[in-house]
Amino acid sequence: MSQIREKVDVCIIGAGHAGCEAALACARLGLETVIFTVSVDSIALMPCNPNIGGSSKGHLVREIDALGGEMGKNIDKTFLQSKMLNISKGPAVHSLRAQADKAEYSRSMRKVLENQDHITIKQAEVCELLSEVNESTGKKIISGVKIFTGAIYESKAVILCTGTYLKARCLCGEAITYTGPNGLQPANYLTDSLKSLGIEIKRFKTGTPARMDKRSIDFSKMEEQFGDERVVPFSFSTNPEDVQIDQISCWLTYTNEETHNIIRQNLDRSPIYAGIIEGTGPRYCPSIEDKVVKFSDKERHQVFLEPEGLHTNEMYVGGMSSSMPEDVQLQMYRTVPGLEKCKIVRNAYAIEYDSIEPKQLYPTLEFKEISGLFSAGQLNGSSGYEEAAAQGLIAGINASMYALEKEQIILDRSEAYIGVLIDDLVTKDNREPYRMMTSRAEYRLLLRQDNADIRLRKYGYKVGLVNESDYLKTCKKEELVNLEINRLNQTLVGAAKEVQDFLIEQGSTPLKTGTKLSELICRPELSYEILAKIDKNRQTLPYDVIEQIDINTKYAGYIQRQQRQVEQFKKMEKKLIPVELNYKEVGSLRIEARQKLEMFRPVSIGQATRISGVTPADISVLLVYLEHFNRNKHENSMNNSLS
Amino acid sequence: MKSDTIAAIATALTDSGIGIIRVSGPDSISIVDNLFRTKTRGSILKNAKSHTIHYGFIFDGNEIIDEVMTSIMKAPRSYTTEDTVEIDCHGGILLMNKILETVVKNGARIAEPGEFTKRAFLNGRIDLSKAEAVMDIINAQNEFALRSSMAQLDGSVSNIIRNLRNKILYEIAFIESALDDPEHISIEGYQNKLLDIVEDLLKELFILQESSKNGKIIKEGINTVIVGKPNVGKSSLLNRLVGEEKAIVTDIAGTTRDIIKENIKLKGISLNIIDTAGIRKTEDQVEMIGVDRAKKYAMEADLVVHVIDASLPLDQNDMEIFKMIQNKKTVILLNKTDLEAVVTKDTILEIMNKEKYDDKNIEIMKTSTKEDVGIDIFEETVINMFMLGKVQYNNEVIITNMRHREAINNAINSLNMVNQSLKDHMPEDFYSIDLMSAYSELGYIIGEEISDDLMTEIFSKFCMGK
Repeated sequence: MSQIREKVDVCIIGAGHAGCEAALACARLGLETVIFTVSVDSIALMPCNPNIGGSSKGHLVREIDALGGEMGKNIDKTFLQSKMLNISKGPAVHSLRAQADKAEYSRSMRKVLENQDHITIKQAEVCELLSEVNESTGKKIISGVKIFTGAIYESKAVILCTGTYLKARCLCGEAITYTGPNGLQPANYLTDSLKSLGIEIKRFKTGTPARMDKRSIDFSKMEEQFGDERVVPFSFSTNPEDVQIDQISCWLTYTNEETHNIIRQNLDRSPIYAGIIEGTGPRYCPSIEDKVVKFSDKERHQVFLEPEGLHTNEMYVGGMSSSMPEDVQLQMYRTVPGLEKCKIVRNAYAIEYDSIEPKQLYPTLEFKEISGLFSAGQLNGSSGYEEAAAQGLIAGINASMYALEKEQIILDRSEAYIGVLIDDLVTKDNREPYRMMTSRAEYRLLLRQDNADIRLRKYGYKVGLVNESDYLKTCKKEELVNLEINRLNQTLVGAAKEVQDFLIEQGSTPLKTGTKLSELICRPELSYEILAKIDKNRQTLPYDVIEQIDINTKYAGYIQRQQRQVEQFKKMEKKLIPVELNYKEVGSLRIEARQKLEMFRPVSIGQATRISGVTPADISVLLVYLEHFNRNKHENSMNNSLS
Repeated sequence: MKSDTIAAIATALTDSGIGIIRVSGPDSISIVDNLFRTKTRGSILKNAKSHTIHYGFIFDGNEIIDEVMTSIMKAPRSYTTEDTVEIDCHGGILLMNKILETVVKNGARIAEPGEFTKRAFLNGRIDLSKAEAVMDIINAQNEFALRSSMAQLDGSVSNIIRNLRNKILYEIAFIESALDDPEHISIEGYQNKLLDIVEDLLKELFILQESSKNGKIIKEGINTVIVGKPNVGKSSLLNRLVGEEKAIVTDIAGTTRDIIKENIKLKGISLNIIDTAGIRKTEDQVEMIGVDRAKKYAMEADLVVHVIDASLPLDQNDMEIFKMIQNKKTVILLNKTDLEAVVTKDTILEIMNKEKYDDKNIEIMKTSTKEDVGIDIFEETVINMFMLGKVQYNNEVIITNMRHREAINNAINSLNMVNQSLKDHMPEDFYSIDLMSAYSELGYIIGEEISDDLMTEIFSKFCMGK
């Protein structure tokens, strides 16, 4: 029997948010790419909440965009409402969040994929990974994939982006179906193939609330939630005028004691509390059952009704995900003001799926033990569309670099939320699906959504995903910011009457001596723009430049402190640990530290410091050993060249 | 942020005549230059040549601390190959401590265990064959430091610190959950509340800072344990040394049933005197516990004072005690000289000889605690044993105390910055960074790292999102 046998550069398994970014990155870098999905109609599907962005996730989208990814551009084309969150707080935690038209988002992304050169979309379930063994090193090398029909696609690299589909199981009370999200076909064969390659698998769980028919909801009992008056686009390439659209509202209501009583009375029928669910669920995204049990003193919980799209009546019930049986769900939803007569279109459900143990990955997202195999998204134990897309982009870039035999990239924790995300995944013990949070980023004052272009465009340009004109635009912006900040630091304002009057008028203290403009900006009641009146020599600057000037001047003290911390941090990141280092030979290491280091095989001393159970003293020992190791190697090579 | 310039006392921490404080790292010269003044020319170290020695004074502000010599060794011609300054000062634990502290106050940090050697190695100063030894030094010193850090921290202090940390963590978790989930958790009006909380935290830390100055937060000093049979006069001895009635003294054997601890200073040497229950075979449950504790303390002591009732013949209980403390540095007091003596110095030496116990570390003298006879000679003897190095301070104790104080000071600085930021109306995401530093600084004292504390606190205390 003859089978199809094709040869490509990269195979991508899964066409969710990770798969799409990965495929686009590879194809745009010129590599022949096949992307496999169980259903072409569910490319870039949003099976849970109808949003892109949110606290810290908005940062990820900005960073994806700065690096040349697609998510930001796609949501700018398909959003229904947009808000900058945390606007009353500091600039580091401002974050964009948009309501998406789900169907449009998916369709628009599919269009981009379908029209991208070098991408072939293939509807097929991948069943097996093919590999060879490098005879000189003994290391496994990926060589392609085999699909359900038996067809084989040979490739240099493979990227796993299987999301929640591996051996997926959905639970709605006692009703259990063996399907992926939204009743889609699961992938039941690939897990075994991964295991036979020596990949360690764990089981995670997540959940989603019900969708309701808009016509059955009484919005008059709810508070209307509007978008921002002036919408800021996600993408640095989108013209801000193009996103000033008529927005669609969301609605806010609350649970009450009655809701909570129904949940309490039926806890024995919840698969989680009855012990039927084995997977570990996320604590930051608790089901309504969890909220009621763990926060029993709270009298009510917020419920957001959010549109799923322009051409559907379905509404997403944010805040009330559940795995209760259908009858309990209906009963509990109907206690909520406005939902008394609600009709459920899709039930809430929990989903369990296989994911890999991500400490098997390098921070490049390549498997340590299998050359050319990369992994991204929910399969790595993360949760969320944005987290998936960010990893997909990095895996796509690095699989391309691998195939092209170029150096792979790693963004570190001081450069991007993406760096924090990946470092956390591959370095820490994650016992639940990982969600990005601003508190996870220790250098977050530097990693703002407003400066993602300044931070990352250069990397996107270097790998070839950002074009020259976009890159130069960012360079120009940075230059303008620096020039103006220098001018502000050098320009003295005297205590002239005009200045004093102005300051008093602004509710500020008059000057005693000449003061720098930059110092004035630091006063809480003043800003760069307010000072225009007494700063006659300034040139007109674009808004995004002014924003950078204001933030960098106003918070200079804190920002400089973080920059100094970053310098220290970088020193440790730059001390690389050779792959061949044998921890068993480091006699003085404590046993626990040795085991942990062997298990994680960190790429740098910096990464080693973040492994739990490795103490500063272990790091000192490791540093000394490393020096010993390197000097020995040097001496040996000297001797060899002599003899 | 942690400084790259490190400092430590390089000589043994005894009351010797001279001592050396070593400072190494990029800022070492400028840091010492801030404290060091010559008689006539003020600060000169910045412009001094390498490998020169300078005479002058160490100042803390306007106060002269000591008359010293400083040696300048510029990179790479020093042990660590970094810029290094050594301060030759007068000896004395208090003095050396004070100088080290001033150095730290000016921007250095206390060296980690083995850190000078580690730097010397990493910078290529020590040859390859010594790598193993260097790693062992780091490890051994670290183990020791950890052990003593835990062991020496007063139980009540570690409780206070845990408490403070919990309070700080709760506030950080609140701020962070509000930042990460602004639609569910509101932070309106929180700044004023936090300002009060920070004030309270600072008050508690100031108390800790004060008491750390007197070394009270750790069990500093030579641990001196008084042992002996019941009713030989142990408690009377304690009362004599302390100068007041701390222990109840009666004629009834077994009056002291638990441990009594007191700290006294003999000519600048700090002694922790621990009076124990009399050691004898007993059926009384409560007394038995006391006896067991007495044995335990005696085994861990730096110095044991064995009190013997010289008016009565030695019995099996005395022999048990001799056996138990045979390897300890011991002063044997032949007490109750107001009564007719049955036991003499020779009796004791005979026993030592017969049982083959080492008598090198033993001093024997006569006292009457009742009539205050021989107590002054006893004190003199203890001081001499110390001066001759027979009994030593545990160096780690002093270093530990310094480290703890450094951490408390850093935590105070961080909280002060929170305070300032709140007053300047800085946003939450800025001062939460300083709260976090305060939290981790205090963690060093009780040996706890941050790891996943914050996430756990956020998810367990605040109801997040969708």
